Amino acid sequence: MQPISHQFLDNAGVALRDDKAARQRDIMARRTPPLRAAAVEEFGEFDALREHVGKVRKHTLQHLDRYLEQYEREAVRNGCRVHFARDGGELNDLVLDICQQHGAHRVGKGKSMVTEETGLTEYLEAAGLRVTETDLGEYIIQQAGEKPSHIVRPAVHKTAAQIGELFQDKHPLGERDLTTPGAIVQEARQVLRQHFLEAEVGIIGANALVAENGYSMLVTNEGNGDLCANLPPVLIVCTTLDRVLPTASDAAAMLRLLVRSSTGQPQTCYTSFYSGPRRSDDLDGPIEAHVVLLDNGRCELLDSRYDSMLECIRCGACLNHCPVYQSVGGHAYGWVYQGPMGSVMTPLLTSLEEGSVLASACTACGRCAEVCPADIPIPDLLRDLRQDEAEAGLNLPRWRYGLRLHSWLAGNPTLYRLATSAASRAVAWLGRGRGRVRALPMARGWSAERDFPVPQGDTFMRQYRRKKR
Amino acid sequence: MEISDGTKTSQDAQVFLFVTCLADLLRPSVAFASLALLEWAGYRVTVPDRQTCCAQPAYNNGDYKGARRLAERVIAMLEPADYVVAPSGSCAGMIRHHYPRLVAGRWRDRAISLAGKTYELTAFLADVATLTDLPASSPTPRAVAYHDACAGLREMGVRQQPRKLLRELRQVEVREFEGADVCCGFGGTFCAKMPEISARMADAKLDAALATGASMITGGDLGCLFSLAGRASRRGDEIEIRHVAELLCGDLDSPAIGRPD
Repeated sequence: MQPISHQFLDNAGVALRDDKAARQRDIMARRTPPLRAAAVEEFGEFDALREHVGKVRKHTLQHLDRYLEQYEREAVRNGCRVHFARDGGELNDLVLDICQQHGAHRVGKGKSMVTEETGLTEYLEAAGLRVTETDLGEYIIQQAGEKPSHIVRPAVHKTAAQIGELFQDKHPLGERDLTTPGAIVQEARQVLRQHFLEAEVGIIGANALVAENGYSMLVTNEGNGDLCANLPPVLIVCTTLDRVLPTASDAAAMLRLLVRSSTGQPQTCYTSFYSGPRRSDDLDGPIEAHVVLLDNGRCELLDSRYDSMLECIRCGACLNHCPVYQSVGGHAYGWVYQGPMGSVMTPLLTSLEEGSVLASACTACGRCAEVCPADIPIPDLLRDLRQDEAEAGLNLPRWRYGLRLHSWLAGNPTLYRLATSAASRAVAWLGRGRGRVRALPMARGWSAERDFPVPQGDTFMRQYRRKKR
Repeated sequence: MEISDGTKTSQDAQVFLFVTCLADLLRPSVAFASLALLEWAGYRVTVPDRQTCCAQPAYNNGDYKGARRLAERVIAMLEPADYVVAPSGSCAGMIRHHYPRLVAGRWRDRAISLAGKTYELTAFLADVATLTDLPASSPTPRAVAYHDACAGLREMGVRQQPRKLLRELRQVEVREFEGADVCCGFGGTFCAKMPEISARMADAKLDAALATGASMITGGDLGCLFSLAGRASRRGDEIEIRHVAELLCGDLDSPAIGRPD
């Protein structure tokens, strides 16, 4: 997917003026945080588990080569073919190749942010394949020709009424009532059933790869992942190489954090481990199974100060708790990943030029870090990205020079006193009697949406010094 | 007088007041109120003469070098104190949590030592000074909405302390509201870099606070309060916005933030 993250402010402006979408965002902003809070509270040992899983993941990432080799060995032993893709283009080519080897024209796809990252669906469609997204949220936005607005809830920006209208428009099923969520879900089940049965290749993602047994783990609430994995003759698991964990019990521990953080459930409706192709005495399952592991810049992060970002488990809690995300929604972020985690991932995986503006879409309120099940210091990483941005000369010159002037003055108290006292008194005079000024020179950003409350008069330091004399 | 175990009584302990640049420039009444409250609690208060800014503007915009220079100045200036108190969770959080991360080498130990004795004003008054009576009680009954500023809440653990102190002002009732602990949209330079988003966040905060029927919004950080007052003024909201230090000190003579004389 072609990123448009550099236009974040314009994208956000459009989102802010869409009243219907804003109401939908407000509902989600109120609804989701209490779900997580209740689940974490009920679990009781959340912080201890978070610490434990954090240690496991740090250890695994430090020895990633060893665990990847072990995973590959075990997966091959299970009959899987394991492929490594350096970038999105390589992953897309590998997948298309497999499809073409089998003469496949119809693909059933489970939810996968990794394939969103590589633009796999568009790539396969351009090669003449029919690709059906089978996760309900993904199916909805595929029908609408849109992009996910949330890594876990891709269609969260749409109301039930909008989805009902969309289905009326897209499914030629005659006169029917689609005014309730139940009716909408029933219709999606009916329509998707045919796609599952017809698919010649199934593509799914993975929440974890287990090194000790070569399995991949996937959680869903709809069971669509299992249908994609087991009905078509060919299965392709697309994920990234940082998903690997040493043991099945590590994956289970991570799962406890993931689901509670994400939806507030103790468990998703379906948790599946896929070993590979069917064995001779199995009744069902794919005949051939592939695993494609994408790097796309992740290995480079291992040796950087952003390495903790690789511990992200894609739960979406940071999105659900971010007041900026809640204000503008996911599309404003302009690429695949949204909210706080997206603001870190986008500049790192695309380019600083493309994504560095997202690093400033943060008030450092700290809510994301507070709820992050992987304990990632997201506000610190965003601040580090702002340093990269400044050092690359990508921040606006008026900010760069303004801040430099401020730092220089703050290091010279005598001059600082004179300058601040003059400024305070000047602005106080400008707003005399009214308590505020509508627009302040040199403060265009502030004045755009706010009045400027005027200072009380001279600075405290000068008043205090006079008093002491 | 030194007590044998090395701790000092409040009469002997020296508090350095870190005024914060916003109180210095925009609202000296907050600094005077802080000074009065600390003296009321029995501390000897020093206002270091050469203080300017805690370096957050540079730091949060990624100028770590510039911020480091300022941080080292602040550390050297404040470290002789027994306690450092700031009427801002944000500036106190900068000193306590970010200085040790920002500076390096021998400065790091000094930063860590300073961090251990740095407090936000209401946390200091409630937890260290264990203040139970205040210099003044509110002359008229009023309902206030308390805005939990993010750095105070999440970096300094300030939540119950200001509410506890406000309860001592018998005429004041604190009204809780949904989203009191969600960011108001200030975020330092954020509000100037992304004004539309910031205003959306401020609107949510103002709407929720106004819905309580409170006649005043108060809080512990002038950054939030100025940005909320500026937005309220632009929207035409009739609400009084004040720093909690003024309220606790009984100083309601000066006009509220952004209000006419």
